[in-house]
Amino acid sequence: MIRTPLRPLARILQARQKGENPDRIERENIRQRHEDMRDRMRQRAESRLLFVGVFFMIAFVLVGGRMTELAATEPVEPRASTSGAKIVAQRADIVDRNGRVLATNLITNSLYAQPNLMVEPERAAKELVAIFPDLKLERLIKDFTGTRKFLWVKKKLSPEQLQAVHDIGDPGLLFGPREMRLYPNGKLAAQVLGGASFGREGVHSAEVIGTAGVEKTFDKYLRDPAMDGAPLKLSLDMTIQAASRQILEGGMKLMNAKGATSVLMDVRTGEIISMVSLPDFDPNTRPNGLIKGDPSESPLFNRAVQGVYELGSTFKIFAVSQALELGLVDLDTMINTKGPLQKGSYKIRDFKDYGAQLSVKDVIVKSSNIGTARIALDIGGERQQEFLKSLGLFEPTSVELGEAHGAKPLLPKKWAEIYTMTVSYGHGIATSPLHLAAAYSSVVNGGTLVKPTIIKQTNVELGPRVISEQTSAQVRTMLREVVTRGTASLGRVPGYEVGGKTGTADKPKPTGGYYKDKVIATFASAFPMSDPKYVLIVTLDEPSENSGKKPRRTAGWTAVPVAAEMIRRTAPLLGLRPELDRGELSKVVNTASH
Amino acid sequence: MRGLFYTVSALAVMGLGYWAYYENYETQEALRTASALQSEIGTSRETLSVLAAEWAYLNRPERLRDLADLNFSDLELLPITPEQFGEVAQVIYPAPEIELKISDINGAVDVRGDYLAEDGEQYP
Repeated sequence: MIRTPLRPLARILQARQKGENPDRIERENIRQRHEDMRDRMRQRAESRLLFVGVFFMIAFVLVGGRMTELAATEPVEPRASTSGAKIVAQRADIVDRNGRVLATNLITNSLYAQPNLMVEPERAAKELVAIFPDLKLERLIKDFTGTRKFLWVKKKLSPEQLQAVHDIGDPGLLFGPREMRLYPNGKLAAQVLGGASFGREGVHSAEVIGTAGVEKTFDKYLRDPAMDGAPLKLSLDMTIQAASRQILEGGMKLMNAKGATSVLMDVRTGEIISMVSLPDFDPNTRPNGLIKGDPSESPLFNRAVQGVYELGSTFKIFAVSQALELGLVDLDTMINTKGPLQKGSYKIRDFKDYGAQLSVKDVIVKSSNIGTARIALDIGGERQQEFLKSLGLFEPTSVELGEAHGAKPLLPKKWAEIYTMTVSYGHGIATSPLHLAAAYSSVVNGGTLVKPTIIKQTNVELGPRVISEQTSAQVRTMLREVVTRGTASLGRVPGYEVGGKTGTADKPKPTGGYYKDKVIATFASAFPMSDPKYVLIVTLDEPSENSGKKPRRTAGWTAVPVAAEMIRRTAPLLGLRPELDRGELSKVVNTASH
Repeated sequence: MRGLFYTVSALAVMGLGYWAYYENYETQEALRTASALQSEIGTSRETLSVLAAEWAYLNRPERLRDLADLNFSDLELLPITPEQFGEVAQVIYPAPEIELKISDINGAVDVRGDYLAEDGEQYP
């Protein structure tokens, strides 16, 4: 660049000749130079700004474009990754303790319509009604010929139905793939599994969400892609569940009961091996809940978990075991059983008069209300509450079923002395059969607390101690004698040393007071009694055994035979070897030596 | 010198260009194979899950029980009960296998006539 000199000699000389100040020329030149510099700087700054502006513009357009693309297109699986394609279904399977399938998925199709694409809407509607008789013709025609652009017709199609709809050949009838939850065993363990339904639905897929039971409790786990489709392993054993259900259903019909439930529990781990509640339902077509009437009459109701009943004399063992633990009595202490025992206006009676006194053991064996009430009075209300609380009978069970949280035991509002007495024989306190199963497990397994669970456990630590080993052994002796010579004599199963306690409680009327001819019959049992492995609770709702002159409703005649049959069938399946007395075995003769 | 440098550079650019082009096509081919395999694996897994579901459905305890009842005359299957357990001592010791030679049978006719039954009756 040619710089203009600040004092060009020619102009300076000219100015001097004219007598002007030459400095003005210099100043003028400096000013001009500054102006030039300013212009250049401005131009440079302007171009820089423009450049940065354009740069950011392009960057934002790129980012925005990519975002729009990602938002507007269907997600694509990464193609280049080596692993992947492991998960087929969005929801993991549920299996039993041996890995047999209880719930899995099937790929089906849903049917939707886009009426604006339809050629002959009325013919399509007519043919659809011919395939699906539950659709309404007028409604379909109205929808197809109206202004709607999109509607769901059917959520699940069988392959045959799919082909039939294909054959209609209307371009406005379209299919979307669907995952369907399938429970291959039908009614087996229906209340435990619960059921599943569709959540948010799109044309290409739909969420499957659990609505009840383990499907609901473990919804997150089952849908977690990080689990890589690992199945949820329940503690149930399918074979035993099937056998229990068959026997309980038979027993319920035979005893004319309107409902029944059974819980089979491992006494050490608290694993529920089988849990049946009748009447039940098919989770593949889960019915809706009852809108009116008693929800506990619904097949959806899990009696074992949600059914809070007064379980009667089965509670006596808790009062007696506590008295033994505290050293107030021993098995042979004589208890005054002269009746009736009067407390204010309330009279406690026995089923029949057992005479003036009974030993503690016989109080359990013969099931004396008066005897247990007297023992409970010795213990006192506060210690009784503490003990029952330590067995988990005051709180909802911790089993992993959504329904369990709502099943809070019903307790007396104020623990007056009369309640100390009635609670000792299972009246005035209502718990679920599952509570009872856990509490019985805790007292017969050597005295450590058991928490019920529906998930298969690998290693379980012993819970806190509730009673001593020695008391637990005494409890086992008493329960065994209830079966050998007491109220549960029909519970004998050769080879399995069954022990247990019966309980028959009058059903409370909704209006207050108790029914005279409606009972809840319960048998809480454990086997084999020399070293208990399992606890079985069988509860029948309103049973009545009518083979005699008068209908018999006590648990000894109703729940006990059902439980005995259940033990006879399931114990061999559980891998328990019967201790049978086979008499003298014939001498083994080695024929080869003769 | 400079001319040689330019020529080599130009050749190198052409070579690298060709290599990049070739690799690009190779990669695309590999991706296509991979996605074909992925979808094949996917379909197979889907089939497998359908088969597993079907297997579970056909083996549901209720159906097996009904089948066992239906085919009782052939199978004679009963639910397992405590009485079916036994002691090892109850199992009969297997009889030794007797090897018969043709020469052993020769004297059979003579012995038969002399056989006296336990109740004293003589068989011919």
